[in-house]
Amino acid sequence: MKSKPCYAGVDVGASRTKVAILDTSKNLIGHAVKKSGTDFTATADACLILALKMAGKKKSDIKNTVSTGYGRKNVSFARDTKTEIGCHAKGCFLYFPFATTIIDIGGQDNKVIKLDRSGKRTGFKMNRKCAAGTGAFLEEMAMRLDVSLEEMNGLASQSKNMIKLGSFCTVFSATEVLENIRQGKNLPDIVKGVYYSMIKRVLEMDALTEKVVMTGGVVAHNAFMVKMTEEMIGRKILVPDYPQLTGAIGAALYAMQNKP
Amino acid sequence: MWGHVMSDEKKPVRKKLKAASEASRFMANYYHELDAASQKGQPKIAWCTSVGPAEILRALGFLVYFPETHAAMLGATRMSTELIPEANALGYSPDICSYLTADIGAFLRGVTPLSRIYKGIEAIPKPDVLVFNTNQCRDVQDWFAWYGKKFDAPVLGIYTHRNVGKITEAHVASIAKQMQELIEPLEKVSGRSFDLDRLKRVVALSRACSELWRNVLETASAKPSPLTFFDGTTLMGPAVVGRGTREAVDVYKILLAELNDRIKDKEGAIEDERFRIYWDGMPVWGRLRAHSDLFSGLKASVLASTYCNSWIFSALDENDPFNSMARAYTELFIVRSDDEKETYIKKMLELFKVDGVIYHDAKTCPNNTNCRYGMPQRLEQQTGLPSLTINADLNDMRMISDEQTQTNVEAFIEQLEENQT
Repeated sequence: MKSKPCYAGVDVGASRTKVAILDTSKNLIGHAVKKSGTDFTATADACLILALKMAGKKKSDIKNTVSTGYGRKNVSFARDTKTEIGCHAKGCFLYFPFATTIIDIGGQDNKVIKLDRSGKRTGFKMNRKCAAGTGAFLEEMAMRLDVSLEEMNGLASQSKNMIKLGSFCTVFSATEVLENIRQGKNLPDIVKGVYYSMIKRVLEMDALTEKVVMTGGVVAHNAFMVKMTEEMIGRKILVPDYPQLTGAIGAALYAMQNKP
Repeated sequence: MWGHVMSDEKKPVRKKLKAASEASRFMANYYHELDAASQKGQPKIAWCTSVGPAEILRALGFLVYFPETHAAMLGATRMSTELIPEANALGYSPDICSYLTADIGAFLRGVTPLSRIYKGIEAIPKPDVLVFNTNQCRDVQDWFAWYGKKFDAPVLGIYTHRNVGKITEAHVASIAKQMQELIEPLEKVSGRSFDLDRLKRVVALSRACSELWRNVLETASAKPSPLTFFDGTTLMGPAVVGRGTREAVDVYKILLAELNDRIKDKEGAIEDERFRIYWDGMPVWGRLRAHSDLFSGLKASVLASTYCNSWIFSALDENDPFNSMARAYTELFIVRSDDEKETYIKKMLELFKVDGVIYHDAKTCPNNTNCRYGMPQRLEQQTGLPSLTINADLNDMRMISDEQTQTNVEAFIEQLEENQT
């Protein structure tokens, strides 16, 4: 029996590569995430194989593929490319079909994207040159604090007396962290301070109008950061089930929309 | 490779204008003439800021050299980024004008793009006098002061008004007076007496050049546009360095005729123009080609700019040279209040029928950066036209992330495309 067709979206980010497979009813039936590494093409291929396996599909079932992210031009099996801004917007609108402000915290950049109630983009901002406020900042701080990235969420949630980091700059922030270590401050308080610093950098990018959605790998692995952001802005934040896959899902939706 | 293949996108390219060679020939003659004078010591050479009192200098028989144009050439030839640190090490911060730091760096290193481009030229021309107008910024004053010491040449200046709303007679009178006060010291350097009739003739030629340049730029209001901002940044050479000369006027007559032919034939500067973009701020000189390709590849014509318009001096009037020069150099966008700037850009967006605006936030050029005090947001609200800010610089390529620029621009054009449907 002939298998039903599906659509693939590939998001080759600076840190992680994500693949999402959607069925014709826009259900997420397969997905995979791997470290992007240095061979984007090979990583995208490997992710696709994993995602297809999960979906119970074959390569020939894929009607169309769109790639996005920094390595979007390196995906050999994609028919078209779209920017990650467009894909995150589309992916989010599938789950939250109303006017939103989307905050995406990625490995190398942050985005604030505004959608109107029909899902059209009314504007977007990316972080400036600096890495402060991105996943790269978190990685740098984890290294300074000699903890793994996976431990950070748990540590931050234990904080009783958060320290504040004031600098824009990743290097200056690292100096501030070292100063707090020297002063014998508690590790959970420093980690929460790192989260606080990241959120501040993101919040200064644009005004948060409409309902707020958070996505991205950093959000997927650091749920406490979402809770902190809610407290800081005094509003509930919406998070899709797979926040790290939003770009890949958006790419798959483009593949479905623009199928050959 | 299996499954689908990535489509081979056909990248539309910017078409070359035949008149560009006229502008190039003009620039070659201009620099060779300066070089010969520098070697012989005659005629005398005055250095002048880009919107300085070139007309007065020409009327006194000086050949006029513009360091800002030289600095732009350092950027466009991608020499600047290597040279800037030389000036940084002397105490000129990486945060100040990268024209200044690149130009001083080049002098310290003993290099110039002139020798790469024009056979036989080995160095920049030596100044007999340096004359600035702070209408561009305060940096030009420091820049000229440095060279004044190096060459032991007098440095004279006009100090502009800034944040000017409505231009009053008092504004005009104070600048005209400063211009008149330049005459005596300049006569001493030139060894010639000031001749008012000669100044009138120069001002008349400057005005003619300005009108033609305006007409050239306004051809971009046609759909499709026969001209892009990227063409403009190089074609503007004669309007900057040659205003007040007959030869510059001749170049723009030829160019205008070619652009009008393109309009008649409905021939766009890029193939298949689908989006019309206004550029505010400085060009990124080291990325002119890359940016031109990026936009034309997305079928977006960046067709008008605040920057190229800055050499239109409609107030110039040969019958009242000093006052009209003072007015022209005070009407300038760069010295106006934010309200005036906003009104001006809004007018341009209408004139050129654009779909979106790009603001260049140039790290080292606050005076030519208009997106730091909420203007994009205000203009978006008033016009409904979306905008994008790119973070870069005019000459310091250390300030640039090409990947981020590309993603931002692609996402912006996607947004325009989706909102058109």
